[in-house]
Amino acid sequence: MLKKRIIPCLDVKDGRVVKGINFIDLIDAGDPVEQALIYNNSGADEICFLDITASSEKRDILLDTVKKTAECCFVPLTVGGGVRSIQDIRKLLLAGADKVSINTAAIKNLDLISESSSIFGSQCIVVAIDAKKISDNSWKIFTHGGRNPTDFDAVEFSQLAEQNGAGEILLTSMDRDGTKKGYDIELTKKMSSCLNIPVIASGGVGNLKHLKDGIVKGGASAVLAASIFHFGEYSIKQAKEYLKNENVPVRL
Amino acid sequence: MKIAIIDYGSGNLKSVTKAIEYASKNVLQKSDVKILNSAKEIDTFDKVVLPGQGSYKQCYKSLISVDGILDELINFVIEKEKPILGICVGMQLFSTFGDEDGGSKGFNWIEGNVRKINIKNNDFKLPHMGWNNINICKKSKLLFGVENNSHFYFVHSFAFDVSNKQFISATTNYSIEFVASVEKNNIYGTQFHPEKSQINGIKILENFVKI
Repeated sequence: MLKKRIIPCLDVKDGRVVKGINFIDLIDAGDPVEQALIYNNSGADEICFLDITASSEKRDILLDTVKKTAECCFVPLTVGGGVRSIQDIRKLLLAGADKVSINTAAIKNLDLISESSSIFGSQCIVVAIDAKKISDNSWKIFTHGGRNPTDFDAVEFSQLAEQNGAGEILLTSMDRDGTKKGYDIELTKKMSSCLNIPVIASGGVGNLKHLKDGIVKGGASAVLAASIFHFGEYSIKQAKEYLKNENVPVRL
Repeated sequence: MKIAIIDYGSGNLKSVTKAIEYASKNVLQKSDVKILNSAKEIDTFDKVVLPGQGSYKQCYKSLISVDGILDELINFVIEKEKPILGICVGMQLFSTFGDEDGGSKGFNWIEGNVRKINIKNNDFKLPHMGWNNINICKKSKLLFGVENNSHFYFVHSFAFDVSNKQFISATTNYSIEFVASVEKNNIYGTQFHPEKSQINGIKILENFVKI
């Protein structure tokens, strides 16, 4: 049986983890490779790096981080943040990323989704959608890390992304992100039920029940979380044991 | 041990290379793992790995666009009977025909067609993406020491419908039951990605290094 995936996400800036894992056995709390390895060894189903490096000249540092991570982590690695072109995607894949997550550039230009998925295969093209609730039953997409509103309806756009070859949708609720109140279940449910590709729920996890809700109520194929794992509140193993007890299929 | 990884422009070769190097170290063999993008040197290698990402048709097209490579592979695998490991679409190419993307013929080393996974309802998304467990159905060199029901990482929408069931070494279930790995003499293949399947995947690569 296919298992639901637990994906820890690390925010990386200039080659350093911004919100690090608060583990005692870490030599260097800011090293993304070391933290990815801890997640790799503790049963994470995939690992996600979100690059929030602002200056373009420092972006090559990320490639080096990806390269080193691929040498020691043998689970899928997704990298996102600032991906704008086929060339950006190619560089990341060659460095050792398995999937690339595209956000603003994909919203602006659907051709980037179709072109990249036909060159590299749908399996490695993740379209990241940041959405905010506008009114009852309606969510709009925001770009540039959530700063800029667009006219795109989140659910309609996710269908367009699927038609253009996206292999997966990473759905972040901007209303919930950082609140620890749980995923936006309504939105997750709506999107996952009208797509044939997997949806990764993101934004708002504060406890383990939220992971379960994202999967069971929201219909997500995978759940992404950052802070609950980073700050040592829960380990990946605890999360999986909890889900298993709740009859959610996980890999233990 | 010299292992060639065939580069025909298909996806992430780095993780395959690193995982095989890592597995070699575990079995105390120093492997010389090299990414090859021409047909020339294949003969000088002991083993070949054929990765594959994207569509069957595209992969077949890209592969045969490498001058002389198919003849060299046939010589390596069929004449010399040296071990080959196909991963994902790399394994699917061992088949007779693949339906994906309008259809294309394959190598026809293991008879059968590659077809889209038949999804019964919307609860089953495609691609079949993530960790699934395998049912081992025959004694296999590649799966030696791997426990039944172990988890491996899959990403695919098409599956290899192998005609002669004795070449199937494991299956998996997702809406339907389909082939997870094949083994026919010196020809080995996995639908899943051993290089992304943590300890279980490394075990398989160790076995391949040892064969």
